[in-house]
This record gives sequence, C-alpha cells and structure tokens, in this order.
Amino acid sequence: MDADLTLDIRNLQTHFTADPGVSKAVDGVSFAVRRNETLAVVGESGSGKSVTSLSAMRLIPTPPGIIAGGEILFRGRDGQVRDLARLSERAMRSVRGNEIGMIFQEPMTSLNPVYTVGDQIGEALRYHQGLDRRAARAEALAMLKKVGIPAAERRLDEYPHQMSGGMRQRVMIAMALACRPTLLIADEPTTALDVTIQAQILDLMRRLQEETGTSILFITHNLGVVAEVAHRVVVMYAGRIVEEGDVRSLLKSPKHPYTRGLLACMPHLGQRRGDGGRLYAIPGSVPSPVNRPAGCTFAPRCALAEPACLAAEPVLEPVGPDHSARCRRWRDVQ
Amino acid sequence: MSAVTATEQPLLSVRNLEKRFPVRGGLLQRPVGWVKAVDDLSFDLNRGEVLGLVGESGSGKTTAGRSILRLIEPTGGSIRFNGQEIIGLPTAEMRAQRRRMQIVFQDPYASLDPRQRVRDVIGEALVIHNIGTRADRRDRIAALLEKVGLTADAMDRFPHEFSGGQRQRIGIARALAVEPDFIVADEPVSALDVSVQAQVVNLLGDLQRELGLAVLFIAHDLAVVRYISDRVAVMYLGRLMEIAPSDSLYERPRHPYTMALLSAAPDPDPDAPKTRMLLDGDVPSPMNPPSGCVFRTRCPFALPACAEPEARTLREVAPGHSVACIRDDVGAGMATRA
Repeated sequence: MDADLTLDIRNLQTHFTADPGVSKAVDGVSFAVRRNETLAVVGESGSGKSVTSLSAMRLIPTPPGIIAGGEILFRGRDGQVRDLARLSERAMRSVRGNEIGMIFQEPMTSLNPVYTVGDQIGEALRYHQGLDRRAARAEALAMLKKVGIPAAERRLDEYPHQMSGGMRQRVMIAMALACRPTLLIADEPTTALDVTIQAQILDLMRRLQEETGTSILFITHNLGVVAEVAHRVVVMYAGRIVEEGDVRSLLKSPKHPYTRGLLACMPHLGQRRGDGGRLYAIPGSVPSPVNRPAGCTFAPRCALAEPACLAAEPVLEPVGPDHSARCRRWRDVQ
Repeated sequence: MSAVTATEQPLLSVRNLEKRFPVRGGLLQRPVGWVKAVDDLSFDLNRGEVLGLVGESGSGKTTAGRSILRLIEPTGGSIRFNGQEIIGLPTAEMRAQRRRMQIVFQDPYASLDPRQRVRDVIGEALVIHNIGTRADRRDRIAALLEKVGLTADAMDRFPHEFSGGQRQRIGIARALAVEPDFIVADEPVSALDVSVQAQVVNLLGDLQRELGLAVLFIAHDLAVVRYISDRVAVMYLGRLMEIAPSDSLYERPRHPYTMALLSAAPDPDPDAPKTRMLLDGDVPSPMNPPSGCVFRTRCPFALPACAEPEARTLREVAPGHSVACIRDDVGAGMATRA
C-alpha cells in the first residue's frame, strides 16, 4: 500500500443471503482514499455505496451479511497497515470511533437521547484516549467550539432533543473528530438537512479537513454535494464501480453513460421552463441485486448499448489522467 | 406559459390565509401557546399555471398546501376557488369542489393503502363522486394507467409490487381520476432517486400542459421548481417572503433569504459561481417568531427598521414580482444564475 494512502479497498465483496439466492450488494469494488483527500462515493439506492462504507467500518450485520472477499487496508495513526476485513471484533472496537470517525445521515437516531452531548463526546475520549472525566469534558467543550456551536458551555449539558438537526449534525462531527481520526467516513451527512444548513455543514467539513488533514470517505447520492466537497469521485452502479476520477474531469466530461445520464437528469438552477423541453431521463430502473444482467449491468438502460455489451462486462479502463470508466463505448459518450 | 389578461379571473385566490396550531404543555395538556404555521399568505393561481412553493422545513409550505384543500382546517383568511369561497363551505358542497382539486403526496410508500389493489386506489374517488358505471370506471382506470406510463394490467396488482417511481405514477393517476382543475403536488419527487425523479418530473410537466392543470408545486429542490414552474413563491417561518415569475426570481432575487437559498443549492457544475452566502444559525422557534421581518435574525443585511411591523409588507418591485423586504440595495451585489 502506497505511503500516501489512508484506506485502500481491494476487490471488496459484501454479500447478503436473500430468499432465494445471494444479493451481491458490493461486488468487487476497489478504490483508495489518499491522505488529506475527500473521496466521494456516489450512487442511487441499491448501488452499494452505503454497504461499502458499512463494510469499511465492519458494521455489516452478520447474518445475513458477510464480507465474502477482498481486503480493506487501513493505515492507522501509528503508520501500521491493517486489513480491517480480517481484524478481530475486539481490535475493531479500538479502531471505530478512534482512528476512524463516523457520521451518519440521521443525527437524531445516531445520538443517544438519554446522555448529554458533552457526555457522548467525552465517552470516546475516555474510552479510547484514557482521559479522565474532567479532561474529557474540557476536550468536548473545545470540540463543540471548533464545530461552531454557539454558547458551547451551555450546550455541553444539553440533550440531543434540545437541538436542531443542524446542531445535532455538528455534535456528530465533533464526536467523530474528537479522537483525531486519520479517516472520517461520512454517509449522507447532509441529506436530512435543509439547504442553508447543508451549506453550513459542508463548509465546516471543508474547513476542518484543511485544519486536521483527515481523509474523508464521503457517501452521497447528490452530485451537487460532490462538486462542493470532493477531490476525487467513485460512481457506483449495481454493486460495481462504473467510473472513477478527479472531481473536475468526472463532472465536466463524464465517460460512462450512467454518470452522463445522472448529470443530465438533474435540472440545474439556470434551466428555465421549456429550455430543451423535457429533462433527460434514464429509462427503466436499477436491476435487482439478486438477478443482475450478464455483461454490463447498465446495458439494459443504456442508449449506447451494443450486442458486445450484453455478452461480457467491460473492464474499468483509463480514459484520461486519473480518470477511468467501465464502458466499451466511452469514446462515444459526449 | 400562461398569458393572463387582466379580466381573467384566477382559478384560485388565497387571501390572508392563516393556520395556527395550539402548543400544549403541562399536566393537563392545556394550550400554552400558538404556532402560526401559515401566517398571512396571499396569492393567486390562474388556470393552467404552475406555481412553485419553496421553503425549508418549518416554512409552512406543506401546511399551506393542505389548508388550501381544507385537508386541515385553516384558522383564518379566505380561499376562493372558481369564484366560490370554500372556507366554511358545508361538507356536501365541499365534496363537490374537491372533485376539482386533488393532491399528490410526497411519500409513494406511505400514501397508498397496501391492502388495496391499484384499481381500487385509483377508482375510489370515482366511486365516491359517482362517476360512471362499473365498466366505464374500469376503462377509465386502464386509460389513466397508460397515461401515467404504466400498463393496464397494473390495476390488479398491489402497491408493494411497484417501485417508488411507479407508485408515484399511481399516485398521480389517482389524483387525475376525477379530472381536477387544480392539483397540489406536495414534494412529489423528493423521495425518488435522481434518475427516476426526472421521469416523474417529465410526466407531471406533460400532463400539466396536456390537461391544462393548475398546479401548486411544493418542493425544496430549487432547480426542479424552476424547471416546472411559471411562477415561484418563497416561504420562511410561515410567511411569504417573495413571489415572482420564475426567471425573475432566479435571475434577480430581491429577498436576502431567496438569495441565500439560491446560493446554498449545490450545483454539480464545478465552474458554477460559488458565491456563498452562508447564513448564521438556525430558523428561530415558530412559537416565538421575531417581530417585524421574521428573517431578520439571520439576515446579513438587517437594519433596526426590520424589527418594525411595516417590514412584513409585501411590495411589488417589478411586474408580478413582490418582495417582503424593506431594502432595495442588496440585490445588486448578488451573483445570479441566469
């Protein structure tokens, strides 16, 4: 694993037993997150993006789920590389919330309603860093100030229900960063928030990353958010990576018909009623993870599909510097 | 685009609409205060016109939509539909009006009865309104399903057999069954994936044009709203902040809140102007809204005069473009997205 990588996922397979058959939620996914970098994983429901992030945290409920193959190489604070896919649950507990911070979509369900936010931020510090109650409280206060919570001294003793959604998400971020993790995994952290609050939270995450140098794995369905936060992007479809690249070339000149379609589907603010008539829409829907088509999984919905696409799956091939796409016809994607 | 002559009467005329909810507290659950979810809302909607209604959570946009259909009872104001006042209308007469006004809900999973077949989901309103014979109704349901892009054999299936996008199509077919003039579409695409969202937006747009429907399109996604609406209204904390023809609102927003909303909307174009106007803090408690302009506590341009009652007044600043802001000098520095 290269020295500048924090996380290197190789050929990850995460499967769930379904009735009948096996649902390959994540089917051979490989990507890496560099130091100081935000990597966004984008996809729609059923793409496997959340299962990928849950696998990296080893939070896949087993059964029915299982990490059936691949490696999740993670470089800890001490510089040692470990394969999280094979780590014992005990060792994993000292990684989660300590070396890897986590933020989820719904701040209300991921905070404990019966503890004050100060206690919850302090808990990780006491458990992982061995701080005493007093030191943990002081550090929790410093973190609340850092994430921009006004009147932090008072807020420290409040319960999650006393706060708004945006404030709770700030608390989650304070908690996730309290132990100075080398990797932050953020799974749709702004999806439940209003746009003006989302803008505040994205701004905060960018600022904190500059300060702390934490690598961020950012899971989202929103390409607008990707443009705001990411350095590099991985696009997932039906459990597979279909395109990967630096944020600019991927959003400016997507080379996979699916990415191209997703971008065209979204009306943008400058688009008037009647401009170009109708929105571009990708026909059909995502295939069932139990019964995916042979060949390219996107072919049945793709306007560029040809017989060869149905016969064998294309490889993820380079289409430019730091940009690759899994499409036989990428040269024809305009 | 609906060209409206001065003599044409609006299909819907809302004046000073108010909906207050009691806040109960204490052991006896007595009302301890009131929340004005919708406060002094006025607008007109013409036949065949789409009015977008945007705002964040707690802005009152959903309550406004439901109050207008009297799915929840307004506590004040006037709603004239087709020239007739519908507030206070007795049940039987209201039912006759309801046939002309329908709603499409946000959540296609929660808004369809899982034990009803699609045929009954769509046909129920036809039965209630005594429309057609049994055979007529069957034909009509088949035609509706085809109109929304499903096949007629869908009528014998149950909602769980369909995807989110397909369910939303069923919800639209249900709303159209009684041939309404007016539809409230309450976040109809928010719960859908992007690729499916475009399919449903196109469908709604096509049907709206083809049937000449008036639509109140409630949403928080500003780009989708612009795409489908002739005019757009912006609400904040129960009050109307700005209302204007879509192009005017998006290209020359006058209210600082509208500007903040537009600048906060994430744009997938890496070259889009990133003139961030970050708002401080959160929406204040609706139980205790600020005096004067309700936005002034978060507004970077607020003046002392903004706390006065006059600051609430909506004034027309361009044809059809009204804004509830006392300042005229803040729009200029704001990058617009033309």
